[in-house]
Amino acid sequence: MLKAEILLAALANGLLTGAVYALIALGLTLVYGVLHIINFAHGATLTAAMFAVYVAHQTFGIDPYLAIPLLAPLFFGLGYSLQRWVIGPASHGDDGNILLVTLGLSIVIENALLAVFRSDTRSIEVPYGFEVVELGPLILSLPKVIAFAGAFAVAGLLWLVIARSDIGKAIRAVAKEKTGAALCGIPVGHVYAVTFGIGAACLAVAACLLMPTFLVNPRIGNAFVLVAFTIVVLGGMGSIGGALAGGLIIGVVESLSGLYLGESLGQIGIFLIFLVVLLFRPTGLFGARA
Amino acid sequence: MTRLAIRRLACGPWLSLAAAALLLAVLPALFASSAALNFLGFVMVIALAALGWNLLAGYGGQFSFGHAAFFGMGAYAMALLQVRLGLNPWLALPVAVALGGLTGLATGFLSFRAGLRGSYFALVTLAFAEVFRILANAMAFTGGAAGVLVPLRIGAAQFQFADKATFYWVALGFVIAAMALTRLVERSRFGAQLVAVRENEEAARALGVDTVRVKLKAITLSGAVTAAAGCLYAQKSLYLDANIAFGPWISVEALLAPIIGGLGTVFGPLAGTFLLLGLGEGTKTLLATLTGSAVPGADLVLFGALLILAVAFAPRGIMGVVAGAAARIGGAR
Amino acid sequence: MSAPILECRGVTMRFGGLVAIDGADLAVETGEITGLIGPNGAGKTTLFTVISGFQRPSAGRVLFEGTDVTALPAHRRAAAGIARTFQIVQPFAGLDVRENITVGAYLRHAARTEALAHAEAVAERVGLGPMLDRPAAALTIAGRKRLELARALATEPRLLLLDEVLAGLNPSEIRDMIPVIRRIRDEGVTILIVEHVMQAVMQLCDRVHVLAQGRMIAAGRPAEIAADPGVIEAYLGHGAAARMRAHGVAPSEAAVPAAAGGADA
Repeated sequence: MLKAEILLAALANGLLTGAVYALIALGLTLVYGVLHIINFAHGATLTAAMFAVYVAHQTFGIDPYLAIPLLAPLFFGLGYSLQRWVIGPASHGDDGNILLVTLGLSIVIENALLAVFRSDTRSIEVPYGFEVVELGPLILSLPKVIAFAGAFAVAGLLWLVIARSDIGKAIRAVAKEKTGAALCGIPVGHVYAVTFGIGAACLAVAACLLMPTFLVNPRIGNAFVLVAFTIVVLGGMGSIGGALAGGLIIGVVESLSGLYLGESLGQIGIFLIFLVVLLFRPTGLFGARA
Repeated sequence: MTRLAIRRLACGPWLSLAAAALLLAVLPALFASSAALNFLGFVMVIALAALGWNLLAGYGGQFSFGHAAFFGMGAYAMALLQVRLGLNPWLALPVAVALGGLTGLATGFLSFRAGLRGSYFALVTLAFAEVFRILANAMAFTGGAAGVLVPLRIGAAQFQFADKATFYWVALGFVIAAMALTRLVERSRFGAQLVAVRENEEAARALGVDTVRVKLKAITLSGAVTAAAGCLYAQKSLYLDANIAFGPWISVEALLAPIIGGLGTVFGPLAGTFLLLGLGEGTKTLLATLTGSAVPGADLVLFGALLILAVAFAPRGIMGVVAGAAARIGGAR
Repeated sequence: MSAPILECRGVTMRFGGLVAIDGADLAVETGEITGLIGPNGAGKTTLFTVISGFQRPSAGRVLFEGTDVTALPAHRRAAAGIARTFQIVQPFAGLDVRENITVGAYLRHAARTEALAHAEAVAERVGLGPMLDRPAAALTIAGRKRLELARALATEPRLLLLDEVLAGLNPSEIRDMIPVIRRIRDEGVTILIVEHVMQAVMQLCDRVHVLAQGRMIAAGRPAEIAADPGVIEAYLGHGAAARMRAHGVAPSEAAVPAAAGGADA
């Protein structure tokens, strides 16, 4: 048996990572909840955002946290445009087509990044990269604590937008009944695109919060995309609270299975959870709609 | 309708296949360079994997994103049965193909029983492939991250061919057999029921179609055919690791080729593979001469763009475009 | 008279707190056309999905030719001899008419040539002969309804469940369709029909069952049903029968067009 302290540290680290996973899953679950489709390009978009943070830092000397107000709007615009002018028109409103088109997009984005940046793994160095916070017996990395807090802040903000704002109302209307919403004069195509934009903006924030402690290479999105799907399925498709809880759970599971199974087998825990949840409880842990 | 016309209609589907086989068999005479033969052999391997995918997705409407699971199962089984158990490759082949079919059956049993369709099915297949990839990468039995080498023992009895043209002809045999299988399915009760499932599961059930059973049959066949492609790959390259055998690349190519070539057609997967790999090679060569060095990922950028364009503008793929053009020419006459 | 081909005994269907069907009994006599009518939302289509095996009832039993088929899944019931059409037509849109009907024909003809020949024969019977090579997606509403019928018939059922095959058709299309349905019955197929077009129900049915708010409220010959005060009230509201008597309208004259009109709205 491992020492309680090691276990505790693994738990805490799992929770910290899990919050960022949750943030990544938020965009995915939102898009699913509204468009009822799975955006397969989600992982590749995250990779693109991480490279954007990298370039901003290496080329322009912009601190990752300061890049948030720049990259979030940029990626909102990118997500909006992709849905409005590529995914929407190309898929002719067929769910199977959306899946294929977003898969195509992910292949394009991932390999365009590979062509430009090559397959090297890169990271950025920030002065606070190794700062720590001491919390009782725990020693936690400062950037990870910031990411944890940031993820919750974004989730709260997102909840406020969805619950209170006009566009939030429109999004909820379209999610429930798109034909009815269209008849009430809500521009469904625009709402879809805004939802996609918000999803991409969440990824930009996630990328900014991740980069001080994480590495990036063109294939990094793949590692995240199934994790994000797992979280979305676990938390119940389309549920913001579910995504947060699911993210934390997955973070802990990954951390613990890494501890017990070792590096190479550690990832398998996530996929097994994914399969078990989908095959045996497709409504998620919290019983949201399938 | 005259008797002759009926006979011609009945033979047409098989005649076109025989004609294609003949045409493809003489290709090595026209393209005799080692690089060209290598390319042709590779096209056959991918086309075979794509034909397997097409059986399930093109006819049954179940889009798998994880056919690497079956390809890798075939490839690893083929290699490991030889290396670990000393089996002759010709004996290993049917076992590996059967294992691929069983993997399909097991995957299908779990997913279709749970009622998974559409995106969910795609994701589950992807996850299965990833689980296999991680396992193959971690287990000692599979050679771990170092992979597995099939010892070089050239000879027809060992399923290893020094001559690239011979490998191509053998692989072509597999491809033609898979196309004939597809044609048989197309013209059978099972095929009609499979297409009915693709078009509308509820209506199919109302007509007495056991939809789960039909889908299971399809994924088993599909897995077996794609596993056969994995076997060919193992014998062609004589080396495997988890990222090759179970990697996302093969899942993507197995689905791209039929979509670009024409979903749910006998010739679509092969036509799509030729176009896809041809364009890929062309782009790589072009970019290498233009920039002076290889640009990684350039061919895949093109593939992804082609996938989007095909979905947007040519939902029936090359075969649809050809059929459309033929109809226009016929109409103009 | 022989035993009924189909019997529902105390069929109940609950969705959460909502009771869609409440202890419904129904018997369909062999060789007859039986009508199932009732106001919108009465549970007719739900009862159809239970009889055809697309949903398991919360309680009660379904007997086909004396055997309990309650636990049998839809495709097994089709094999047993129960075929259904869908209220909202469900053609295999990517296939042509011939291919659509052949899927049904394959149920009892494993060989391709036989199945194709049978499909063509069925198409002729319902008047789709000239359209065999048309894509299903290119058919008119009337054509699609006939296709729905043809596919179900191709499975060679002994009991045919028709869910509003006349809805959405214009009067002349309805006039053309009625003899087609009658001929199917004359060829030995028992029919249970859910229909809102009352004129057709009156012309076609040997017997009519009335479902209102999930309960069977009446059963009998069409003329008896049209005169039944309970049925009139179910359609026109509480007290309607009494009001009509007071105004000197014979219920049997008033109820039929009124019910038909109410359904079209």
